[in-house]
Amino acid sequence: MAIEGADLIKAAAFLGAGISMGLGAIGPGVGEGMVAAKACEAIGRNPKEAGLLTRTMLVGQAVSESTGIYSLVIALLLLFVV
Amino acid sequence: MALDVTTIMKVAAFAGGGFAMGMGAVGAAIGEGYTAAQANLAVSRNPKISGDIFKNMLVGQAVAESASIFALVIAILLLFLEVPTSGYIQAASLFGAGLCMGFGALGSGIGSGFPAAETCLGISRQPSVSSRLTTNMLIGSAVCQTPAILSMVVSLLLLFMQFKGIPFQPGWGAVIGAGLSTGLAAIGSGYGGGLAAGASCEGISRNPNTVANVTTIMLVGQAVAQTSSIFGLLISFILIFKSFPETQALSPAVALLSAGICMGFGGIGPGIGNGQAAQGAVRWVARNVDHAADLMRIMLVGQAVSQSTAIYAMVVSLVLIFVL
Repeated sequence: MAIEGADLIKAAAFLGAGISMGLGAIGPGVGEGMVAAKACEAIGRNPKEAGLLTRTMLVGQAVSESTGIYSLVIALLLLFVV
Repeated sequence: MALDVTTIMKVAAFAGGGFAMGMGAVGAAIGEGYTAAQANLAVSRNPKISGDIFKNMLVGQAVAESASIFALVIAILLLFLEVPTSGYIQAASLFGAGLCMGFGALGSGIGSGFPAAETCLGISRQPSVSSRLTTNMLIGSAVCQTPAILSMVVSLLLLFMQFKGIPFQPGWGAVIGAGLSTGLAAIGSGYGGGLAAGASCEGISRNPNTVANVTTIMLVGQAVAQTSSIFGLLISFILIFKSFPETQALSPAVALLSAGICMGFGGIGPGIGNGQAAQGAVRWVARNVDHAADLMRIMLVGQAVSQSTAIYAMVVSLVLIFVL
């Protein structure tokens, strides 16, 4: 069974997409969890500022999310465009 | 020298069995070592109740050990089970079973060490609540074991399913992907669940009156941390039970393998992150129980955001399985 060039390229793109999204999801997941843990700590210490702290947490997590979105974009590019 | 199906199946089963036990031993050993280290610390702080601490250490370690016992069971099955030779796909499935259990035992083993260790320290701090602490530890570490149990379920399915009539191409990608998906995703959920359980044991020892709130929020936090391993299980089930048309091309098989890799790795980070969020919330509920509702709310919001990357990974996996 000979493997054709186009088939091999497609297989590599699929594998690359899976690895990109899979590994790319680790960092934001852990990072956003850390942010949430510290936000809980901060609210525990100073419950009056809960609104401000929630906002800060969400903005920080959104920034941390960006690398996950880059991974998603690259995965979708590998699947549908390349 | 021709390699027939029987030989290839033996090769896959032995390689998978070795991998399952080798990787499976890592997590439990780390978790138990951490427990023993903290137990030593606890005895040095309060030598009078060393008996209680010692007993609790052994109970906690026994729970952490179960993850590696699951791996031992799967490894022995892979070594000695006579699987009917129904084609090369059965060999891939045996190897997938080994991968699944090997990775799957890692997180639960390490995670179960945290509640056990914190309970030993907690008993040295508050000997009067030792039974409450042990109960909470057992609940928390039982939840930590669920990802390892999910991995064992997938491993047993891959061991005992008959793949007669299912084409090797692309079936090999589906069965190995199924193993990787649940196995890898279980690492994060097991470890994350352990972080939450550890914080709850610490919290109860500092403020025993908060035990009801602390245990509740621990269970909610752990349940959310388990979702990423359940996504992994879902992808595994789809890969095992969906039938894929036979093909001569390589790329459909790689797409299925890649779906498993994507969901597996994608579940690790959110599982750990959700566990960290739960750890923070539980720790502070024990210190500031009046604001338990605020803390629960922010924990759930934070976990939901942290979960998003696992959902991206699931979307990419589903696209790889169903669209391409």
